[in-house]
Amino acid sequence: MILSPEHNQIREVARAFASSEIAPNVREWEAQGGAPKALYQAMAKVGLLGMTIDPKYGGSGLDFVSYALAMEEIAAVDGGISNMMSANNSPVAIGIATHGTDKQKDRFLPRLCAGEWLGSFHLTEPHTGSDASSITTRAVKDGNEYVLNGHKAFITAGSTSDIAMIVAVTGPQADSPEISVFVTPTDNPGYQVINTERKLGHRTNDLCQVRFDSMRVPATDLLGDEGRGLSIALGGLSLGRIATAAQAVGGARQALQLSKDYASQRETFGKPIIGHQSVAFTLAEMATEVEAARHMYLHAASLHDAGKDSATAASMAKLFASEMAERVASKAIQVHGGAGFLEDHLVEKIYRDVRVYQIYEGTSEVQKIVISRNLDSLEL
Amino acid sequence: MKVVVCVKQIPDPALPGELDPSTNYLKRDDKLILDESDSYGVEMALQLVEGAGGGEVSLVSMAPNNEVSGLRTALAMGAEDAILVSDNALAGSDALGTARVLAAAISRLSPDLVLAGVESSDGYTGTVPEMIAGVLDIPSITFAKQIEIDGNTVKVQRQTEAGYDDVECQTPALVSVTAGVVEPRYPSFKGIMAAKKKPVEELDLSALGLDESSVGQSGARQETVRVTEAEERQAGEVIEDEGDAHEKIVEFLGELKIV
Ligand SMILES: Cc1cc2nc3c(=O)[nH]c(=O)nc-3n(C[C@H](O)[C@H](O)[C@H](O)COP(=O)(O)OP(=O)(O)OC[C@H]3O[C@@H](n4cnc5c(N)ncnc54)[C@H](O)[C@@H]3O)c2cc1C
Ligand SMILES: Cc1cc2nc3c(=O)[nH]c(=O)nc-3n(C[C@H](O)[C@H](O)[C@H](O)COP(=O)(O)OP(=O)(O)OC[C@H]3O[C@@H](n4cnc5c(N)ncnc54)[C@H](O)[C@@H]3O)c2cc1C
Repeated sequence: MILSPEHNQIREVARAFASSEIAPNVREWEAQGGAPKALYQAMAKVGLLGMTIDPKYGGSGLDFVSYALAMEEIAAVDGGISNMMSANNSPVAIGIATHGTDKQKDRFLPRLCAGEWLGSFHLTEPHTGSDASSITTRAVKDGNEYVLNGHKAFITAGSTSDIAMIVAVTGPQADSPEISVFVTPTDNPGYQVINTERKLGHRTNDLCQVRFDSMRVPATDLLGDEGRGLSIALGGLSLGRIATAAQAVGGARQALQLSKDYASQRETFGKPIIGHQSVAFTLAEMATEVEAARHMYLHAASLHDAGKDSATAASMAKLFASEMAERVASKAIQVHGGAGFLEDHLVEKIYRDVRVYQIYEGTSEVQKIVISRNLDSLEL
Repeated sequence: MKVVVCVKQIPDPALPGELDPSTNYLKRDDKLILDESDSYGVEMALQLVEGAGGGEVSLVSMAPNNEVSGLRTALAMGAEDAILVSDNALAGSDALGTARVLAAAISRLSPDLVLAGVESSDGYTGTVPEMIAGVLDIPSITFAKQIEIDGNTVKVQRQTEAGYDDVECQTPALVSVTAGVVEPRYPSFKGIMAAKKKPVEELDLSALGLDESSVGQSGARQETVRVTEAEERQAGEVIEDEGDAHEKIVEFLGELKIV
């Protein structure tokens, strides 16, 4: 895909921002388990939050290609921060922009776009992730309020977000339960963070278990129609898959860059290791895989921008890119030799950060389910 | 208040530069970008206009091949419009030729204040701004670290080795801005999209009413006679600590006027 001059500029600004404002701090933020909120406000100033949201709500009004390109740049420098950016843009901001009432848009979007409020997305529960329809968090109507009870797990920004997009069962728990979505502030006494997880990668953000303990939310915090929540939640995931593919490409391309640099300076047997054909070929394979995955996410994003169905392309991009990223990160460590196993080298961090791209926004297996169901619609 | 900023568009310093062996000039065929040295002037101008609660920041640039990439960056930061002078006859311009061209473009805008970088990152003669002021016959102040506009007076903190001097002059004036004195903003994504629609007036020599003989190769009084490789950097001095290493380091830094 040939990018427009504006797409290139957006990419350059995101890259410059990531390398100056994020890269120098990532190790410290990993140790602290999070980045300061000021970072998100600085990101918002550039336009990295609410990227696709209408400028009348403070967004940048850009297309999905721009969003995915910027995501690649942030993820190249840090996976955890890119995931915060992802949660905020989509599903949260895009979900509100697509399904919200004018009042909800006025209330939430300007603050999300300004980085004043960060969002979190609450779908997964301890007993269920892939099978989203078996969630058991319940929201029961009581006058002009809903009362939420349940237990969510793996919630990115669970303890640092200001607003939560919560998926809960509102109708009878049947084979296909009635599911609804709520968008509501987290400063509610019923919103309780019960654990912040320790994790392999993405250590620059908080991943939490949250309990809703008779959490009362006004009925006006319902997003979209009651009972239509599953399609709202899963519609957001499809866009999220494009962003995840871009994250994976970001991590992989950084691993490739670091490996190329290292191979040019590290000498064995009297020459830089890049002069050994096996190392050069490894780099060639890495570069080819990164390039292929980048084209896949850009294609899926441009289908979406053209108003076409992007679901299968998004699943393919996500499946390929996320598995590619682990392969490329592993090869990057191999090129670095023992040094690659040390925290002194960023490839160690990238290897930890990219693993999750095969899990969230639908596991690789879930992507294969989506793709296999759509085999008939593919031009084979 | 109207502020004009001179912005040079240069080959990306991150890429290996190349000289044209027949002329010894830097090759400028690839995309050119905003010289970082000029991002400080742009930021300073935007802050002055924002501080004054109104006004306009315009850009002028001279560059080959109708290059606008660097101008687009500065427009995305918030400048209103730009003049680009591009003409095949400008190839081989020296600093004075460049100053004549930029002065002619600037005079079309009748600004209160003209800002430039102290020196560019690629040519770095550090002479163009003062020559522009000379051609326009306006006062010029160099090495600004802070600028304030008070009515018709420009008040500048002019950086010196010891600290700074307070200097002032009347508008219209030209001030060159020291690199690093302000933090250039990132162009916002909204700014990038808005810049797409901002006017860039492209002029050639005849539109500026300049004669080919006073600019470009034919007007240049400077010639690059020979280019030699820079000397390899010498290995540094190793100071063994015998209890006085800190003193030696302080002394060394003192010689460099760093401390
Ligand atoms: C760092 C991180 C951040 C996250 N952020 C969020 C967040 O912000 N919000 C949120 O709601 N969730 C979030 N998640 C949760 C994530 O979306 C889930 O972990 C994911 O959907 C998988 O669900 P699970 O963990 O329950 O695995 P399970 O569904 O239990 O799956 C276990 C294994 O079985 C496989 N499997 C399951 N069903 C099938 C099948 N039908 N066919 C074949 N294989 C199958 C899976 O592919 C997987 O390999 C996050 C997770 C992580 C690790
Ligand atoms: C051998 C040679 C060949 C050249 N060939 C060309 C050519 O083919 N096409 C061409 O357009 N120019 C050409 N130039 C002009 C050259 O690129 C410089 O603009 C000029 O020599 C100024 O020198 P400097 O970079 O040392 O400026 P300095 O005096 O170091 O620059 C100080 C400040 O002046 C301003 N400034 C300087 N140059 C410009 C500019 N061009 N536009 C806007 N602001 C500026 C900037 O604010 C800059 O920060 C050539 C110059 C030389 C010496």
